[in-house]
Amino acid sequence: MNKINSKIPQGPLAQKWTNYKDHQKLVNPANKRRLDIIVVGTGLAGASAAATLGEQGFNVLNFCIQDSPRRAHSIAAQGGINAAKNYPNDGDSVYRLFYDTIKGGDYRAREANVYRLAEVSNNIIDQCVAQGVPFAREYGGLLDNRSFGGAQVSRTFYARGQTGQQLLLGAYSALSRAIQKKQVKLYTRHEMLDLVIIDGRARGIITRNLVTGKLERFAAHAVVIATGGYGNTFFLSTNAMNSNASAAWQCYKKGAYFANPCMTQIHPTCIPVHGEFQSKLTLMSESLRNDGRIWVPKKKEDAQAIREGKLKANDIKEEDRDYYLERRYPAFGNLVPRDVASRAAKERCDAGYGVGPTGLAVYLDFKEAIERLGKDVVEQKYGNLFQMYEKIVDENPYETPMMIYPAIHYTMGGIWVDYELMTSIPGLFAIGEANFSDHGANRLGASALMQGLADGYFILPYTIQNYLADQIQVPRFKTDRPEFDEAEKGINERIDRLMSIKGKHSVDHIHKELGHIMWEYVGMARDAEGLKVAIEKLQQLKKDFLTNLRIPGDKDSLNVELEKALRLQDFIELGELMAHDALDRNESCGGHFRTEFQTPDGEALRNDDEYAYVSCWEYQGEDKAPVMYKEPLDYEFVVRQQRNYKS
Amino acid sequence: MDKNINIKLRIWRQKGPKEKGGFENYELQNVSQGSSFLEMLDILNEKLINEGKDPVVFDHDCREGICGMCSLYINGHPHGPDEDVTTCQLHMRKFNDGDTITVEPWRSAGFPVIKDLMVDRSAFDKIIQAGGYISVNTGGVPDANSIPIPKEQADMAMDAAACIGCGACVAACKNGSAMLFVSAKVSQFALLPQGRVEAARRAKNMVAKMDELGFGNCTNTGACEVECPKNISISNIARLNREFLKAKFKD
Repeated sequence: MNKINSKIPQGPLAQKWTNYKDHQKLVNPANKRRLDIIVVGTGLAGASAAATLGEQGFNVLNFCIQDSPRRAHSIAAQGGINAAKNYPNDGDSVYRLFYDTIKGGDYRAREANVYRLAEVSNNIIDQCVAQGVPFAREYGGLLDNRSFGGAQVSRTFYARGQTGQQLLLGAYSALSRAIQKKQVKLYTRHEMLDLVIIDGRARGIITRNLVTGKLERFAAHAVVIATGGYGNTFFLSTNAMNSNASAAWQCYKKGAYFANPCMTQIHPTCIPVHGEFQSKLTLMSESLRNDGRIWVPKKKEDAQAIREGKLKANDIKEEDRDYYLERRYPAFGNLVPRDVASRAAKERCDAGYGVGPTGLAVYLDFKEAIERLGKDVVEQKYGNLFQMYEKIVDENPYETPMMIYPAIHYTMGGIWVDYELMTSIPGLFAIGEANFSDHGANRLGASALMQGLADGYFILPYTIQNYLADQIQVPRFKTDRPEFDEAEKGINERIDRLMSIKGKHSVDHIHKELGHIMWEYVGMARDAEGLKVAIEKLQQLKKDFLTNLRIPGDKDSLNVELEKALRLQDFIELGELMAHDALDRNESCGGHFRTEFQTPDGEALRNDDEYAYVSCWEYQGEDKAPVMYKEPLDYEFVVRQQRNYKS
Repeated sequence: MDKNINIKLRIWRQKGPKEKGGFENYELQNVSQGSSFLEMLDILNEKLINEGKDPVVFDHDCREGICGMCSLYINGHPHGPDEDVTTCQLHMRKFNDGDTITVEPWRSAGFPVIKDLMVDRSAFDKIIQAGGYISVNTGGVPDANSIPIPKEQADMAMDAAACIGCGACVAACKNGSAMLFVSAKVSQFALLPQGRVEAARRAKNMVAKMDELGFGNCTNTGACEVECPKNISISNIARLNREFLKAKFKD
């Protein structure tokens, strides 16, 4: 029996979304006013969805954990947003954007979803320009584009190195307008701690007011999760400190399937780790690979001397430098996709050619670009990134090459959703990075912003109506129902248990241990043996957490350590599911690299016969093994190939 | 080269909005100069937790200088002594062995203290809600390239749009004025053809909301520009004044 129904519409690929919209059910304006929708999260996906649903006339309740919706971590995206506008006249099209995304995802995404994403990409650019997003322009006054990894056309729109900031502020301004018009009610510093289900449908959430510590109840006709990814499972990542997976994880524990948890993306260009006290990693935008050339010394003795501080990067002669991406991938060079670039960096460092004090770094060099374009042009393009680098590392990248190393950045896996972005729980939707839908096993650069805004502005506001059309007779729910009582009681018990441990380790202490286990065994390269070790260690860590945790203060007021502890407990469980999923997938694809499965020249070796599916995990209860269902990925339109970025 | 230093900290502790606050003294040994200021506070908090004490509460999130969540008034400067950075990007190499570092919350009538170093900046959201947007619904907008915008104009709009909404301008201002914040948003839209349509209404509504929420007036001291981590220029304030006067004359 196949429990998975992805609800992909019939018809030719290019007609599916149009056909769906032509025939879906809609809700009339008078009825929209009677329907409440909870949107959790205010990033690109959450803010755009809340604003759009509010404009449409629904009654929207929007939640975030920060002090303002504008803090969501979408703000930190640097490089750009893809769209198939073909303004540069270089051969781009909706089909080509679709194809590049499917290929970049190593053929592990749904064709229909990705095609729809490419289709609406152009609307996003129009929308953002209308909102006053100051995209980069040419002297003629029209929009400028640049190229990104995994594409041979320039389709990336950008606002200096702050594209995510500008797009989020665009969505935030739309949201602010909706709040002013009383279409959306905003709750800041509120964290969702549980999902409330009534008669099998998602009908509400319980939040903790992070200022007062009070648990609060909210009911609605539908709930939308837009809370981002789970990269912080690794402790050190490019995610914000407060980014967490807890809302998604509570949905999983209430029965929503979690899809492809092992699909995590390692970003090749981050500032290397420098010490034990480090709290997070900083990304250097992929756009830098447009003009920067990546290299390590050709000779091991040179690399050794650099590590010992006896030589500097600029001492290495041109002929002694190994531009390994250009060498291995002549067609794409420094612009290969992220998973490929990350593994190539790890390969060089593992082989003893790494630089920096730890040997875990490679160079990203702008010497040639500065000679070719002039320092001014380089500064104009990347000035803010160079400044950021200098502030952190205390070296001037105009004069010495940057040092970079891969780090956890994005999670392709997430809550399973069907074509309508609805999870396996009726009435519960997931959008943006929180869902698993569009990036397969690897996300291309500048596609996260595209997907977040596509889901929020142009997809969910349609598909959610197909569900809500049946709900117009359902009256507003009261929050004194037993389902709410029970959920709140569960949270109180959980919090009391954590508060009463009074052990000897801080939350961060245990989180760092989790990070070490994850990076070591479930990181950039995995194997069956290591994954089994990881599962054992994670089960032990789960016990340690419950015996050694120390949370100061009390639960009935602002308590940051309690907030972090609740999130960490979920990360530990999620880490274990990631390891199970990675162990199940006996192939390498995209960001999931199993060392047992590689081609003779070290590329990922997919197994389409046995693993062309989405793994959908269902929670069975505490200390019970989860059950996995398979959603087959039947490709109707694209022929799967070994990804080739060489020729 | 970065080395390890010993420092003394004077940190503002305050249990709640209505409680009386005061400075507490702490000492930290062997802090790497390669660590960021917030990583130094992490180390302090780890120590306090291990001693069974309440950790210091402060706002922070992205730790790469863009979300605007971190704050802190360090040795008399919002975001500390370094230039053009937020507190999360301030590094300990800006301090010397034996230094005493004073850490306070943003102090302004517009930003009441929630706990310790954490303040309530929801007033900024309310100002944006009063008019910091272009009134377009999702869908039904013209093609992105249908309105050419001169590059210089677009670049200036981007300069203004780079504001991260951290509130350092208010904290730096002796009048507690939010003019730099408001003017950055008004300027971004005033410089773009899309934003001209509502320019007058926007300027009036945002300024009225700012006054209503208890922010002070601007007396052109320029402290906001000096302390702004994103280099937002006070020429934006001049533009706001122009937009505001133009709108009032029309009334």
